[in-house]
Amino acid sequence: MSWESWIVATLSRTLAYGTPLLFATLGEIYTERAGVLNLGVEGMMIVGALSAFVVAYTTGNPWLGVLVSGVVGGAFSMIHAFASITLRANQVVSGLALTMLGLGLSGVVGRSWEGWPLWTPLREVTVPGLSRIPILGPALFEGQNLLVYIAVLMAIILWFVLYKTRIGVTIRSVGEDPATADSLGVNVARVRYLCVLVGGILAGIGGGYLSVAYRPSWTDGMTAGMGWIVIALTIFAFWNPLLGLVGAYFFAMLFHLSFRLQAWLAPELLKTMPYVLAIVVLIVVSRGTLQKRMGAPSALTIPYSRGED
Amino acid sequence: MRLPGWITVKRRPAPSPWLVFGISLAAIAAALIVAGIFFQIYGVSPFRAYGDILRGALGSKLGVTETIRRMIPLLVIGVGLSVALRALFWNIGADGQLLMGAVAASGIALFSGLPGPLLLPAMLLGGFLAGAAWGLVPAILKARLGINDVITTLMLNYVAISIVEWLIHDPWKGPTMRGFAYTDKFPAAAILPTIAGTRIHWPTLLIGLVAAILLFLIVKRTRVGFEIRVAGENPHAARFSGISQTKVTLFAMMISGGLAGIAGVGEVAGIHHMLLAPNNISLGYGYTAIIVAWLARRNPLAVILTSFLFGVIMRGGDVIKVSLGLPFQLVNVFNGLILFFLIGSEILMRYRIRVGRRQQA
Amino acid sequence: MRTEAGLTNSVSEGSKAVVEMKGIVKRFPGVVANDGIDLAITRGEIHCLLGENGAGKTTLMRILYGLYQPDGGEILLGGEPVRIASPKAALAHRIGMVHQHFHLVPTLSVEENIVLGLSGGTGPFLRLRRTRERIEQLAEEYGLSVDPTAKVWQLSVGQQQRVEILKALYRDADVLIMDEPTSVLTPQEVDALFGTLRTLVDDGLTVVFITHKLDEVMEVSDRVTVLRKGKVVSTVHTAETSKAQLATMMVGREVVFRLEKRPPHRGETVLEVDDLHAHNDRGLPALRGVSFDLHAGEILGVAGVSGNGQHELSEVLTGLRKAHRGSAILETRDLASCSAREVADLGVAHVPTERIRMGTVPTMTIQENLILKSYRTPPFCRWVFLDDKAANRHACEAMEAYQISAPDEGTIAKTLSGGNIQRLVLARELCGSPKLVVAAHPTYGLDVGATEQIRQVLLDQRDRGAGILLISEDLDEILQLSDRILVLFEGEVMGIVPCDEADLEEIGLMMAGSHRREVTA
Repeated sequence: MSWESWIVATLSRTLAYGTPLLFATLGEIYTERAGVLNLGVEGMMIVGALSAFVVAYTTGNPWLGVLVSGVVGGAFSMIHAFASITLRANQVVSGLALTMLGLGLSGVVGRSWEGWPLWTPLREVTVPGLSRIPILGPALFEGQNLLVYIAVLMAIILWFVLYKTRIGVTIRSVGEDPATADSLGVNVARVRYLCVLVGGILAGIGGGYLSVAYRPSWTDGMTAGMGWIVIALTIFAFWNPLLGLVGAYFFAMLFHLSFRLQAWLAPELLKTMPYVLAIVVLIVVSRGTLQKRMGAPSALTIPYSRGED
Repeated sequence: MRLPGWITVKRRPAPSPWLVFGISLAAIAAALIVAGIFFQIYGVSPFRAYGDILRGALGSKLGVTETIRRMIPLLVIGVGLSVALRALFWNIGADGQLLMGAVAASGIALFSGLPGPLLLPAMLLGGFLAGAAWGLVPAILKARLGINDVITTLMLNYVAISIVEWLIHDPWKGPTMRGFAYTDKFPAAAILPTIAGTRIHWPTLLIGLVAAILLFLIVKRTRVGFEIRVAGENPHAARFSGISQTKVTLFAMMISGGLAGIAGVGEVAGIHHMLLAPNNISLGYGYTAIIVAWLARRNPLAVILTSFLFGVIMRGGDVIKVSLGLPFQLVNVFNGLILFFLIGSEILMRYRIRVGRRQQA
Repeated sequence: MRTEAGLTNSVSEGSKAVVEMKGIVKRFPGVVANDGIDLAITRGEIHCLLGENGAGKTTLMRILYGLYQPDGGEILLGGEPVRIASPKAALAHRIGMVHQHFHLVPTLSVEENIVLGLSGGTGPFLRLRRTRERIEQLAEEYGLSVDPTAKVWQLSVGQQQRVEILKALYRDADVLIMDEPTSVLTPQEVDALFGTLRTLVDDGLTVVFITHKLDEVMEVSDRVTVLRKGKVVSTVHTAETSKAQLATMMVGREVVFRLEKRPPHRGETVLEVDDLHAHNDRGLPALRGVSFDLHAGEILGVAGVSGNGQHELSEVLTGLRKAHRGSAILETRDLASCSAREVADLGVAHVPTERIRMGTVPTMTIQENLILKSYRTPPFCRWVFLDDKAANRHACEAMEAYQISAPDEGTIAKTLSGGNIQRLVLARELCGSPKLVVAAHPTYGLDVGATEQIRQVLLDQRDRGAGILLISEDLDEILQLSDRILVLFEGEVMGIVPCDEADLEEIGLMMAGSHRREVTA
């Protein structure tokens, strides 16, 4: 294979595989920025995947499938929100339970939908003009679908909202110092619920992308641990949507390369990279000032209650 | 959260053990009812389903032994987790520690060249050490750098999975396996004995039971157990009393990781007799064991009971896969529901909620 | 208004009172923080609230700011009765507060913190340019320069305080409450702050200033209200009073408990503290060269308003905090470089301020709590096993000796009353005849019976020959129990006074930083 076509193929697959990672990571970034840890990403993604497939298959409309995947993911995340915010239950356990439930429900309900290919996946689009750029053109602007570009757009929008708007200030304050936010009249619980919802919707759409565009079909467990990579990615991105963009594509590229470079490097070992890198990031950030600059939101996993409780 | 005036909520200082037991039971019952509704929607009678499960798990010799076989790793890991959780260490990485124990055992079985009688003890020891080491990494990171234990233990799970996949695809790929991704079968001396006619690899079961009793005694009656309890229940008082949080964390994780490693040894040396794909070695035992330990309120002896319960559920999943055509994933649904109801019910244990006319202050 | 010692009252004409609090009552479990307080603040003045900790000043202002709701009394703003249900409501009434521990989010920038919680008329977007302009304008007007884009964690404490003030000003606050603002500032920053306050007041704002430092009161205030134990002692014009008068009003005297205090039998020096320096949790110096001796058979009372180094002193002496200079020699070991375990093994008892949070494991039984320090040694421990029977016997004896009232030794500690918890802590700490007892606020929040009993226990220990360091905000307690009194102010020893020479005025002045005494004994 020529160099050029190798690069084109790599970039193209990176973009494709990075998209679900990106959607879900953006969602989890918002959730964690508000101070809630949601380990249920895998569960939310897979119920999104199943619902998107079912709707797309039965209605023939993949976009409707994507929409429904967001709704289902969002609704599913509300279970975790209720448990961790209102009931102030342990967030780790609640998230794990959500994943179990998600995997279980999708596995059972999806049984009868397995093995049917989707005849109406998301259509490939070609961006006129841009697709003529040598190498980058065919790689990035040809043969992808709209959802890929929507993901990039979402990353930019969500970055803007988080850092440049009042809503973003509110979200970040709730995750860092909910007591202060509360004393200034911010409704901490409501902000947290909203952010968990955003996380659920985006994770659902990420899953929907898998079954409606990436591999148009449904298989039990088709997310294959992607949700856990998202958890690692959120840390690797320092809870910043733009870095999440970079990270998602970086990990996607690693994943793709792990197959291509099989001759030189064991693909399985390359697959450990996201997790190892996340731990490295945590170690680096554990030093004092870096913690403040780029560390986890201070109130992450701590349920908030006003006053003596 | 603003409540209507006819509900009063008051903090409960110390819930009695009976209350805890009762509410836990109610939570499980609630989960089973919801699952039952789910069955009904699916077109299966819940009574038929639960009937099949109970019969399949407890109604025959095969059933009971298979239940116990499923129970073994849950017991072993659960006992370890009950200690880790008591020390406030969130070990989500038991699956990874299990796999590393399996790796160590496989390595010793296939390549160490040890004489026959030494193989099994070496494998068990190696498995314990490998699991303990895998657990100590996050423990040290937490004790020294304050890094979140949930994330590090979780991440290491996936590193462990990848390591196993690499081993079975590449360096340890069994030449006799005709291209499939397994190692060779273990030599006979490296296979754990089972109770005749069953798949119960009793040495692991024995270790689990002994560990349950031993750890119960350690936690309740020894110095270090006291320190673990104090550190877990009030870290400030622990510091005040000169108890070293680092020592407690490391000790607890050594035990928890080590026991998970032993569970891994049990699976590869007792059931599969080879190292194979990670998903086939651990069916999420590490995660299910968290529910087992949680339900047991972190009491190692109670883990014996709760691990049996979840053994029943897993065996039940196997059974209705055949009898009702429902996928094994159903077990995850059960587990998820039970866990949710359990943590949801905790609020009933923390608070006394009264419904009625507004009380006088 | 109540008066004392014939001082002139200041009369506030109702029409000029911008804030009036009438008959405010606030109760917390075990204590009445505000007991029928009347306060009137006139527009355009700097009004100081003076008193020791526990006097009720912060509680009163928190009520005004909507953080607490009063159990009785009313608040009038501009003559109209109002109900302030939350800080948001207070800000709507143009009352702002700068707390002792800032309400700032460290990772956000200055302008983000200022704008937090405000629903801008400019929609969801941060019209940063406009915000920044307004902030810079306010900053210039009042001399509060700070970089709006800087992250709060990068700022010095003085600068952070400016952000808090700007936050209030940005929301059009017209009454500014400041809670002990100078406790975290350098002298230069204090001057700058006072300059700012005067500018604010010249512009028509009103400032209420909570403090326990007499120098500040005299320097910056127009009027001062002295609070003691939840009641107003007096409100006076600053120009018409003196530090000495204020000091006396601040500390006062009340009914004495009946206790058996035998004459001291002072023995050998048990603890020699020399030039101790230590930092607090924020990294600022908390102990700045503390030196004193403690003898066996005496009680050395450490008086002073909380926050002047007492907490850090107790932690250094019990192995919970490292001193970076100086020493505290107990017999031959330097406590300042020992761990908590070593210190306990050396025979030092610690009765902590936070008796529940630090002194007990609330979910464990009385029996288990009683062996929290001694579980490592026989008879409670044989080899690695805990001896349940020995612990049980010990528990029964202790419960009787210290009159811990509970169903049995298996009762969970969380269910005990405050007094019983403290008895439990004492029983544990005092077993084994410790040589040194560090007791921090031992009777805080306890009922009369428990208080009397615990004070008697301390006296008994002293008679037994222990050296006791008693840290307390309750000056009555210090005067009653101590043989000598040491006053701490801003981490330094202001003086050590033998109890029979103790003069309230002098002690009050020392506590408020205005007087030093040569340390002879």
